[in-house]
Amino acid sequence: MIQIDHLTVRLTGFTLQDVSLTVEKGEFFSLLGPTGAGKTLILESIVGLVKPAKGVIRIGDREITHLPPEKRGVGIVYQDHALFPHLNVRENIAYGLRYHRKSGAHKNGSLDNLVERLGLTQLLARSIHKLSGGEKQRVALARALAIDPAILLLDEPLSSLDPNFREEIRQLLKDLHRETGITVLMVTHDFSEAHFLAQRVAVIHAGCIEQVGSVRGVFMRPVTPFVANFVGMKNIFPATFNGSHAKVETLSFQITNSGGGKGCIAIRPEHIQLLAAAPEDRHPNLMAGTIIRISNQGIYAEVVLDVSGVQLQSILTTSSLHAMDLRPGSRVFMNVAPEHIHFI
Amino acid sequence: MAGVLTFSGKRSGPLFWLTAFSSTVIVAFILFPLFEMVTQPSLGALGEAAADRDVVRAIWLSIYTSGMAALISLVFGTPFAYLLARRNFFGKKFLESVIDLPIMIPHPVVGIAILSIAGRNHWLGRAMQQVGIEIMGTTTGLVTVLTFVGLPFYVNTAKAGFEAIPERLENVSRSLGASAATTFFRVTLPLGWRSMVVGMIMCTARAVSEFGAVVIVAYHPMVAPVMIYERFTAYGLKYSQPVAVWLILVCLLLFLLIRFFSTSKTKAP
Repeated sequence: MIQIDHLTVRLTGFTLQDVSLTVEKGEFFSLLGPTGAGKTLILESIVGLVKPAKGVIRIGDREITHLPPEKRGVGIVYQDHALFPHLNVRENIAYGLRYHRKSGAHKNGSLDNLVERLGLTQLLARSIHKLSGGEKQRVALARALAIDPAILLLDEPLSSLDPNFREEIRQLLKDLHRETGITVLMVTHDFSEAHFLAQRVAVIHAGCIEQVGSVRGVFMRPVTPFVANFVGMKNIFPATFNGSHAKVETLSFQITNSGGGKGCIAIRPEHIQLLAAAPEDRHPNLMAGTIIRISNQGIYAEVVLDVSGVQLQSILTTSSLHAMDLRPGSRVFMNVAPEHIHFI
Repeated sequence: MAGVLTFSGKRSGPLFWLTAFSSTVIVAFILFPLFEMVTQPSLGALGEAAADRDVVRAIWLSIYTSGMAALISLVFGTPFAYLLARRNFFGKKFLESVIDLPIMIPHPVVGIAILSIAGRNHWLGRAMQQVGIEIMGTTTGLVTVLTFVGLPFYVNTAKAGFEAIPERLENVSRSLGASAATTFFRVTLPLGWRSMVVGMIMCTARAVSEFGAVVIVAYHPMVAPVMIYERFTAYGLKYSQPVAVWLILVCLLLFLLIRFFSTSKTKAP
């Protein structure tokens, strides 16, 4: 278990503000956020590389806030692997063993099991300069796990890998977590990675935690505009709520909520349906607009349209883009179901 | 027309020829006088110089005192270089400028500065005399001066070497259970020792070539540059050249040896 209470870290030009977070024993937890949000700073506080100005960090029932890194029993894997270039694969993996004679993975051959489980048996004598990205990451994992750490920290473990290795390592992480039951805290800026691996996530922005919850919960019900945008709700507008309607500039959307006041609405691009002609049956949120921009991404295309001065982003498969013969300047209709309009 | 001014095209155009010309001039400017000096003395004169006890002693003293300066720089400069490479703190820029000071100060001024605290008029000088340390005209004085002028070269080179080692490697080592000190010996030193050796070579080279400060603090015992100067003023060019040649040859050989041992051993298999 990792428990962080009111952690504040001040660096020149950046402050991690009053972060509280609990990762349950055996949980796979992901810290999500864009580059520069402070995710890595949280990891470094847990490892003991930065000095917190305030706050308490516990691992299990041990307070570690002021312990030196070597006394914390924390394994860390960095995105650039951070393997020791002067040591070969075996020496890298065995690096920490001498400091963990009682607890580490030497006892009863579990180191051999670990090496075999990670598919490194054939590579032990190899120089790390001759490894592929995926192999390097497996060595880094073996090195961290060899000391039998209380928790495993992963700093963007997939982002430096080629797509094929990324899938392999992603699956490996998932399997390893299931097999060992180790508590994992992973930092990433990629929501899909968290989606695949994590049970719960925290979204962090500019040094503050904006939302904590299950992956699905955060994905479906973001509580701030930033989180909404981060989980892919590209259309976010300030709105005035009035009964079952939300007013955005001159547009009025029917929503499932009722109530008053001001806030934001957020809509995923994939929930904005484009129609070449007006359908016969009535839709509450059917509106006419003009296409401003189309950016083709291969199998799908992002379409930006202007509806009475409000710009909305939609997404289409390339084949329907061609079937509908859409191009900048085309007049189209758009529709969005009230239940797909999220309000914040 | 823009292509004419780049290197990507054919080897023609004004920029290529300008570069080729200026490079040739620079290399010739450095090598030509050295080459002439090395080749002008007859073999007989070289042999005579090699047999001259005073010459051998001066060259040995030069190398010995410069090597001592490099060793002192290694011992005291390494932790300092590491600190400068790894930590950001208030006044770091100031410290870095202080380290560069010996490079910028005119050499006789360095000598005068050292004498001004080592003499009888200064409490430090008196204290040192009490315990038997004499600076003026001694080997100790030579080592002091040479360390003063050579230290920046060691510190700056070692610092650049430490900066090139990703801090993450040290962090990982700590997280795996190694203390800060053990991490230095298991990660930083194996990755950075080559730049420390290069730093020592630079420091030694700088110290061997020192003249201005040495002349003020310790004309005697005579190091090679002082001897070369003395023979030049007393007997002329012809008598100073053989000593200069020997000094250059011995230093070249030493540096080549150190370079050889510091690059060949731990190459990746």
